[in-house]
Amino acid sequence: MQGITFDIAHMLAGSLVLVSFIQLYQQRLSALLNIFALHAFVLALSVAWQAYVQDAPHLYITAIIALVFKAIVIPVALRRIVIRLGIHREIENVFGVGLAMLLGICLVALSMVVMLRVTSGADPLAREDLAFALSVVLLGMLMMVTRRNAVSQVVGFMSLENGLVLAATGAKGMPLVVEISIAFSVLIAFIVIGIFLFRIRERFDTVDMQAMDRFRGEQR
Amino acid sequence: MAVIYDFALQGAQMLLVLLMAPLLTGFVRKVKARLLSRQGPPLLQPYRDLLRLMCKDVVLADNASWLFRVIPYLVFAATWVAASLVPTFRSGLMFSWTADLIAIIAVLGSARFFLALAGMDAGTSFGGIGSSREVMISSLAEPAMLMIVFVIALIAGSTQLSTMAAFMNSAEVGLRVSLGLALIALVIVAVAENARIPVDNPATHLELTMVHEAMVLEYSGRHLALIELAASLKLLLYVSLIACLFAPWGISPAIVAAVPILIGVAAYIGKLGVLGAFLAVFETAIAKMRVFRVPEFLGAALMLALLATLLRFVSRSF
Amino acid sequence: MMVTVALFGVLTLVALAPIAIALSGKPNATGFVYGACLIVTLVMFLVALHSLLEQPAASTITLPLGLPWLGAHFRIDPLSAFFLVVVNLGAAAASLFALGYGRHEEAPQRVLPFFPLYLAAMNLVVLADDAFSFLLSWELMSLSSWALVIADHRRAENMRAGYVYLLMASFGTLTLLLAFGLMAGGDGAYAFDAIRAAHPTISTAALVLILALIGAGSKAGLVPLHAWLPLAHPAAPSHVSALMSGVMTKVAVYGFIRIAFDLLGAPQWWWSLVVLALGGVTAVMGVLYALMQRDLKRVLAYSTIENIGLIFASLGLALAFKAYAMDVAAALALTAALLHVFNHSLFKSLLFFGAGSVLTATGTRDMEKLGGLIHRMPQTAFVFLIGCTAISALPPLNGFVSEWLSFQAILLSPQLPSWGLKLMVPAVGALLALSAALAAACFVRAFGIVFLGRPRSSEAAAAQETDTNSLAAMYALAATCLIAGILPGIFIDALAPVVQVLAGARMPVQTGAEWMSIVPIAESRSSYNGLLVFAFMVITGTATAFAIHRFASDKIRRGPAWGCGYPDASPLTQYSASSFAQPIRRVFGSLVFRAREIGTMPPPGSRAPATLTVQLRDLIWDTLYAPIATAVGNIAERLNYLQFLTIRSYLTLVFAALVILLTVLATWP
Repeated sequence: MQGITFDIAHMLAGSLVLVSFIQLYQQRLSALLNIFALHAFVLALSVAWQAYVQDAPHLYITAIIALVFKAIVIPVALRRIVIRLGIHREIENVFGVGLAMLLGICLVALSMVVMLRVTSGADPLAREDLAFALSVVLLGMLMMVTRRNAVSQVVGFMSLENGLVLAATGAKGMPLVVEISIAFSVLIAFIVIGIFLFRIRERFDTVDMQAMDRFRGEQR
Repeated sequence: MAVIYDFALQGAQMLLVLLMAPLLTGFVRKVKARLLSRQGPPLLQPYRDLLRLMCKDVVLADNASWLFRVIPYLVFAATWVAASLVPTFRSGLMFSWTADLIAIIAVLGSARFFLALAGMDAGTSFGGIGSSREVMISSLAEPAMLMIVFVIALIAGSTQLSTMAAFMNSAEVGLRVSLGLALIALVIVAVAENARIPVDNPATHLELTMVHEAMVLEYSGRHLALIELAASLKLLLYVSLIACLFAPWGISPAIVAAVPILIGVAAYIGKLGVLGAFLAVFETAIAKMRVFRVPEFLGAALMLALLATLLRFVSRSF
Repeated sequence: MMVTVALFGVLTLVALAPIAIALSGKPNATGFVYGACLIVTLVMFLVALHSLLEQPAASTITLPLGLPWLGAHFRIDPLSAFFLVVVNLGAAAASLFALGYGRHEEAPQRVLPFFPLYLAAMNLVVLADDAFSFLLSWELMSLSSWALVIADHRRAENMRAGYVYLLMASFGTLTLLLAFGLMAGGDGAYAFDAIRAAHPTISTAALVLILALIGAGSKAGLVPLHAWLPLAHPAAPSHVSALMSGVMTKVAVYGFIRIAFDLLGAPQWWWSLVVLALGGVTAVMGVLYALMQRDLKRVLAYSTIENIGLIFASLGLALAFKAYAMDVAAALALTAALLHVFNHSLFKSLLFFGAGSVLTATGTRDMEKLGGLIHRMPQTAFVFLIGCTAISALPPLNGFVSEWLSFQAILLSPQLPSWGLKLMVPAVGALLALSAALAAACFVRAFGIVFLGRPRSSEAAAAQETDTNSLAAMYALAATCLIAGILPGIFIDALAPVVQVLAGARMPVQTGAEWMSIVPIAESRSSYNGLLVFAFMVITGTATAFAIHRFASDKIRRGPAWGCGYPDASPLTQYSASSFAQPIRRVFGSLVFRAREIGTMPPPGSRAPATLTVQLRDLIWDTLYAPIATAVGNIAERLNYLQFLTIRSYLTLVFAALVILLTVLATWP
């Protein structure tokens, strides 16, 4: 029994990394938002499975928060923003998909080695979950670095945060308050970013971050 | 006696793959047509096409060399040999140890090498465009395939397909992240290698979209029949490979008994049907890619397979 | 005993050089010199084969030459016997080829004296058993090959190639000199036996390894020390190119193996990390460069770099296994490396011979001017095709066997405990897989553009089949490629004594296996049977052909190729070498070469042609070599004034130098 619970937890965490990779691969904004929803959905599944494994009912609430806010509310809202901005077809990478994926692989390898070496005495389930969580965080950062469009940077930020939640649920005994506060802080961050997006758009007529660099005189 | 029995089984496998290959192609076409609300050609149409092509005269391009005439037989022989080495209904066949999975992939590589040469023989730009794109696709698909082989070989502790299938059928496997990644990568590679949508379109002769068809444009008559048959065999090979590695249920072990073999054959045909239907649905649901989007698609497969291998190297439990 | 015979052969080769000078201008000088080389190298090949297969014990001799307190030591042990086999097989094939090819040479007197000297030097490097004779032979090898590179000295590019080669070769010898100096220690124990007995400290050993990697690697063509190789190898006459690519790089590999596996003692695990990384990068970079070239011989030279990468990657793996005392795995990896050394020497010589025949027949190496040679030169095309198939690592030929063994070795490596290796090995595996696939693409391009299609120039259209001697050399190599591909067990077993000495274990005996399969570890784990794959393909292919011709149709008509409604298109509209490489250039080029395509379209109504310019940058040259060259140039500029001093100032300089050196000596601890 231990074997199969372990495997399923692994599989879900691994799928989260995989979905992060699909985010890196996907170039179209609307498809990217779908995949972000999938990301959050897998996260919710993973958290729910942890709740079941650890027999910790409060984790179910975390799972529901993830499902409702991140898999439904935020993607829908972002999609509306994107459609209102009229940019649902465009996306551009700073560099190619292949290179981004290659960097992603390096980051995953790095986080695996770091986590497995540092936590060599810990419970294997937690160890490898943590390694996956760190990979998701790093991939989210990579996403923010490699994209120029503000909306996809937001998506990168959100998936980074998903990685944090995964890490938090993997570590046993995380109080619910912390998770709820994380969830709400993300929601507020989302609202703030949403407002900023519109303000940026009004002022610069684009949400391409390079335009803002140009405005500051940092021509690249 | 046992030798004759083994020999007969190996021969049966060779005949089975040869006979099933056009049927699978026909089945996929039929399902695709039905999904598009068309009647579609009958299931046996590929056999009729092949027979008719076999009996037609060959029209060779003026500039075609002896190599051009040899290559169809070479390609067909290599693909057929490779396809007969993948376990279908029974593992541990007489010659199954002739080539392990790496060697099977390389035999297919030989077939493609010569086919790409054939594309350049007539001296037209069509053949050239097809060949150059084909080698571009294969230069990414082949390493991805090898990395997939690495992952599964590291988990199963062997590159012999019979041993791998037996291992994947045992309880030791479990759900593994690296296997999941490998499966996704394998599906991408299989789609690309068989020139299916979204990488290439097997049903078109429009110049901008074609890769494989451009390469074999100058072939006609029995040569074309052999090339088409080899393409069907290759599709069957990849489907059998996926079935043997990721759905190894029902494959008869290497014992002398009739019932498991019958079950094996039935299970194999069932798996072909299911996977063929999946392929048809997949192809119908997705649009053809631009040619230079393909490297990214295949690069993703390569990266996934590499990631899976890395995970496997880093920790035993992935 | 054996070593005496070998040295006698070397002596004969050396003696051939003055004879060649004496004969210069005589009509049959070419035939005499190459014929003599052929006989001598064949004898030495048999001697080496005998000592590899029959006499595992080392055979040594010390001659009273060289340094007075040292003498010149020579020795044949299994490792040197194996490399002697490689050297002399390649040399014999090149001599046979040159019997035909040499007749077309414009100035044979510039090649003939150096050719036997070059062969002798390569043999001496492998035979040497002390640092002094090793370095002396190494330098002789460099100098004689340099003289051959600039044989056609009227072409400016050849002179440049010779210049770069001479610089890099001197640099390589310098690092090897330092490496041996460190190993010999303060006492100057230069004999290899003494070096083996000494145990260097970890830091000294590491420094020696790095120096050896630079010295041997620069000769072998490891990226980023490869810059001279694609310039120098194609510049030489084709039989010498074959020797340089097929054999001399292997002598460099020998130098590395001798130092890293034999002289230095037990390896550290991180050595393998460096070697693996360099090998993997070299493999991919080499083949990517090869894909971008238009010059046929340069394609082959870059592909040599790729294969050297493969060999070094396997060697790195063997070092890693050896460092963790996994002897059986080390034996597998080392066998893969050595088998690839042998295989590559076969098919690379074959391909260079083919390129030489094409060059003789058409007068050009530019692939964009060739095409359709399969009609004019069917036999050359056939053997060249075998070479292309073999080098692309395709079964049932020999290149695949060594590649397959390398992959099997990689599959054994998750047991390695070090984290760095856990990350590095799968990455190198991916690089090797990528380079194998790209090599196939590269040789589809090379064969397809040169031999298939329609001729792109009048020279190509008027080409003639090459002579029988050249063909005999190529057929012999092609047959060996096929035999090594379908019966690899014999060759693996022949390598066993070498591997036993270096790795402490050997692969299981292969020749006893059922149906001549090769089984590296256990049959349930992996096996490959080239013979059966070959037999199956031949049987099914011929049976199908027979059945179809008998029962269906065997009629053939000829017609024009489908040209989309544009009849009689010029052969120049075919896919060219550059256009064939375009998809791969787009996929990999922007990253590796900063490739940029600049297309200009003339405005409507203008009659100017549209143009497409491709810009490729060699980043290694730009970032590594160009700054060094600039710095050297600047320093030279500064020091230039030293040329214009008075005699008294020169005397002062000499005097000051003397005093400083004496002071150093006086104050040395």
